[in-house]
Amino acid sequence: MNHDFQKDIAGCGLTGLISKKRTRVSGAIIAKSLTLMTDRGNGLGAGYAAYGIYPDFEEFYAFHIMYDVQSARFSVEEYLKDNFHVEKVEEIPTTPVPEIAINPLLVRYFISPLKDKVTGSGGEEDFVVNVVMKINSEIDGAYVFSSGKNMGVFKGVGNPSVISKFFRLDEYEGHIWTAHTRFPTNTPGWWGGAHPFTLLDWSIVHNGEISSYGINKRYLEMFGYKLSLLTDTEVVAYLFDLLIRRHGLDVETACTILAAPFWKDIDDLDPDEKEMVTALRQTYASALLNGPFSLLFGHKNGLVGINDRIKLRPLVAATKDDMVYMASEESAIRAICPVPEKVWAPRAGNPVIVTLDN
Amino acid sequence: MFKSQAPPIFRATIDTDKCIRCKRCIQNCGWSTYSWGGDRVQIDTSKCVNCLRCYHYCPTEAIEILKEETRFKDNGYWSYNHIRNIKRQAETGGIPLTGMGCDREGTILFDHLMLDACQVTNPSIDPLREPMELKTFLGKKPSKLEFTKDKNGKRKLVTKMPPNLELAAPVIFSPMSYGSISLNAQKVLARAAKECGILMNTGEGGLHEDLKPYTSNIIVQVASGRFGVNPEYLNAGVAVEIKIGQGAKPGIGGHLPGEKIPLEVAKARMIPVGTDALSPAPQHDIYSIEDLRQLIYAIKEATNYKPVSVKIATVHNVAAIASGIVRAGADIVYLDGFRGGTGAAPGIIRDHLGIPIEHALAAVDDRLRQEGIRNEASIIAAGGIRSAADAAKAIALGADAVAIGTAALMTMGCTLCGKCYTGNCSWGITTQRPELTARLDPEVYAVRLSNLIRAWVHELMEVLGALGVNAVESLRGSRERLRGVGLDAQTLDMLGIKPAGR
Amino acid sequence: MFEIDAKDKYYRDLNEEVRAAVDSGEKDIRLKNVNGQYYLATGLRGKVNITIEGVPGNDLSAFMDGPTVNIKSNAQDNIANTMNAGKIVIHGSAGDVLGYGMRGGKMHIRGDVGYRVGIHMKGVKRQSPTIIAGGTAGDFFGEYMAGGVLILLGLDSPEESPIVGDYLGTGMHGGTIYIRGPVQQKYCGAEVGVMETDADDKKVLEKHLKEYCADLGLDLKEVMSRPFKKLIPVSSRPYGNLYAY
Repeated sequence: MNHDFQKDIAGCGLTGLISKKRTRVSGAIIAKSLTLMTDRGNGLGAGYAAYGIYPDFEEFYAFHIMYDVQSARFSVEEYLKDNFHVEKVEEIPTTPVPEIAINPLLVRYFISPLKDKVTGSGGEEDFVVNVVMKINSEIDGAYVFSSGKNMGVFKGVGNPSVISKFFRLDEYEGHIWTAHTRFPTNTPGWWGGAHPFTLLDWSIVHNGEISSYGINKRYLEMFGYKLSLLTDTEVVAYLFDLLIRRHGLDVETACTILAAPFWKDIDDLDPDEKEMVTALRQTYASALLNGPFSLLFGHKNGLVGINDRIKLRPLVAATKDDMVYMASEESAIRAICPVPEKVWAPRAGNPVIVTLDN
Repeated sequence: MFKSQAPPIFRATIDTDKCIRCKRCIQNCGWSTYSWGGDRVQIDTSKCVNCLRCYHYCPTEAIEILKEETRFKDNGYWSYNHIRNIKRQAETGGIPLTGMGCDREGTILFDHLMLDACQVTNPSIDPLREPMELKTFLGKKPSKLEFTKDKNGKRKLVTKMPPNLELAAPVIFSPMSYGSISLNAQKVLARAAKECGILMNTGEGGLHEDLKPYTSNIIVQVASGRFGVNPEYLNAGVAVEIKIGQGAKPGIGGHLPGEKIPLEVAKARMIPVGTDALSPAPQHDIYSIEDLRQLIYAIKEATNYKPVSVKIATVHNVAAIASGIVRAGADIVYLDGFRGGTGAAPGIIRDHLGIPIEHALAAVDDRLRQEGIRNEASIIAAGGIRSAADAAKAIALGADAVAIGTAALMTMGCTLCGKCYTGNCSWGITTQRPELTARLDPEVYAVRLSNLIRAWVHELMEVLGALGVNAVESLRGSRERLRGVGLDAQTLDMLGIKPAGR
Repeated sequence: MFEIDAKDKYYRDLNEEVRAAVDSGEKDIRLKNVNGQYYLATGLRGKVNITIEGVPGNDLSAFMDGPTVNIKSNAQDNIANTMNAGKIVIHGSAGDVLGYGMRGGKMHIRGDVGYRVGIHMKGVKRQSPTIIAGGTAGDFFGEYMAGGVLILLGLDSPEESPIVGDYLGTGMHGGTIYIRGPVQQKYCGAEVGVMETDADDKKVLEKHLKEYCADLGLDLKEVMSRPFKKLIPVSSRPYGNLYAY
């Protein structure tokens, strides 16, 4: 019974930053920003995504995997060894903190697919996606936190400062960071339930609830995605993967689909644009994200912030030099950038798209 | 004379103290229940069908239509209708005929489905003050779009969009032919469709001249009788529908007797006056799925690729059939559930063949998704949509739009008396008798039908608002927003929904 | 002047200090190094001036009844929620859902405001709330407005450029909105009538804007130099035909 699931619901705060010139920034910075919004969460989930943290292994897919049970690790590693060249395996370094009594086993792998295993038209990335789907949905007690190159996700049950201390975030430097503090209203206590959610190098942190989750999920299932995590944020990550990687749309077009303009505004567009946006809404109707949300979407080439089309969740953006910051609250930005050059609140459904310099 | 042992069902009564002998009841009754007895109105109550026309037009409220108290003895197994039908069949040797949809009691799945609403974790939306979109497109959509960038970096659409029908709301009128209903009834549908930005459907009766101003809101139908079909007809509307079957009478054809084919009906159907209009049970050019494909593409070629809809009755294997229809090239699959209405159908067929629209819709939507072809065609759900609530639930189960026939006729006066096949409809709907059809003023009743659509539009918006979404596509197929109450595990599984409380 | 350093202070501790100071009779309180603390001046009553340096957090001055709050920078969302009396002056911009259900008092903002500002503002008896924003506003400005005055100035926008979003005054059934710039009927709620201002309106505007300019160091003449549009509800029951009885 594929409909027999319990959907997770959560409120939240989010923050992110990007250095367009790829200047690497310590994880302590983003943790400071997120910690200011601790009260937007309830201590039952916080997490961070970082890009550019593994320059020595940038050719390899970096898998961060959590295990609830040791046996799951055996299954996964056997499976990985059959399908990948494994460059390096290590437990993710952590520091014991009193707030975390028990934690899952956390291991990272730097791997590359074995050439003869990659078949089909989708190439290497489709192969990796299928591996992630398989581990998440078929191997009990194993869950892939992240699977992109030169990036990784650190998340768990705890408030923002606890999670950053536990994962020793101050030891990482990245040129894009996103972070999230979570206020789950059910399924507490599962590390995999924290944000960010990822697939390949796509990562999502999200505030709000996707009221259209039901149809977004069924739409993605048509394309072979397995939605095993019971949270609406997962659909966002997969929608970006579908629209950008598999359908080849650009980020802006993907955003037009997810937070589509209203018909009455489409009617006012010039004929070409009207035809295009109408086609997008017709074709991708089931991908419309409806309900309150603001989200940050990180990927290997940049950072995107967007909120829903009637702006039911907050998002503030700011710039300083080559840095762009986005957060649920201006104060979270000022905590790490006290005097920005420009501060603004993006309009409903209008994405802030930041791309790394070449 | 032999007196029928099938007793009358209703007892028409006139309070002689209130009656002013105006004879309006005599004029209004299409069934000749009343006649003039010299000093008072005489009543042949066996002719009364309880359509309430006389009641509404009696100026002194003298008329009361009662349920006939004289009945067969109650029996928990042999229902009144079982006994009565046997009596009728014994007397006539005929098949009991029925009109309108199946009226048997039994589990109505719509009534066991409850919609969701927002509380705290996501906000409901005020549909009156904030945007709320019901715009719906029917037709094939590509599975993905491709763009190129021009030299200024401006994106350009490469994918050619298939033609789609634009609806202001996800509700259309179901096909009802000129012949089965009066021209005035069709005009009501056409005017209301235009007024509301939706569509009506000619049914298999051709297109009367008078409907030509409304063709941008008309789907023309092609069925087994091919009545009124020529290239001009095929191109007249916005789309063409191939009718394979009807929910009320799957697997059987139709028969409009010659006496109901006056000049105007004959002209529209392109047949001689007074000949029987027979619709064969199957389309004799479709004995298999590849034949359907052939007809779909013949119509597309003849219309320069207008959208083609295929209407089927929801029978047991509906999911596989619908999948075949989509793969045969249909742009729209019209599913007509067993509760759907009809002008005339044998009771045994109407009441015992086919499956409910709720099951069929869920199965078809599931199947098309499993096969990855859900975008290839839109689904219209019909056959017993009684309210905006049914419509919302059908959309949540996976319908792109619903079609209403019976509900639309009710705005014209229909009271579901179920005697459409007699051609005596006192409301002027399912009759061609000029003195009866003249009663149905298209202008007046188009306002009422438009009112109904407007009211349903507001109701759908209220539901979407409560669900916290502001576009109907966010409800479409979102079964997560439905829960079942009092349904067993297997039914829930078939419908793809959770039980209430989960 | 009583000073409190808010640096890295948790909002509960900070608010306790503020309340203690007010209770001990302080009339002039300055909060330094504020950043993101929620609920400042929330539920606060009486005659006291509070100056905030830094960006205060959400739900500033909710249910406030009397005090004057002066914010030297930007402010966030949900300010003056159900405020009863007093005044808030914001020298920068502010966020979404400002003055929700505000029943009295004033809010003067120099910069832009976000979505759903002045939502369901209402007057009762002699109370009449006022919000004046110097910049632009997002969609749903004055949604459900039932009373009071909302003024939007667009001071930093060129003349004739739009300064307010869509769904302007949607659901409005009382009060007045003044827009110092163009207003297109298609972006207004169905209940809203757009009209030219007359001499009486000018008096009303001058009264409100004189104080606003004084608070924010602006020139009244300059502010009054452009034409205003006036928006009022044209029906107190716009949905009469919506229901069947």
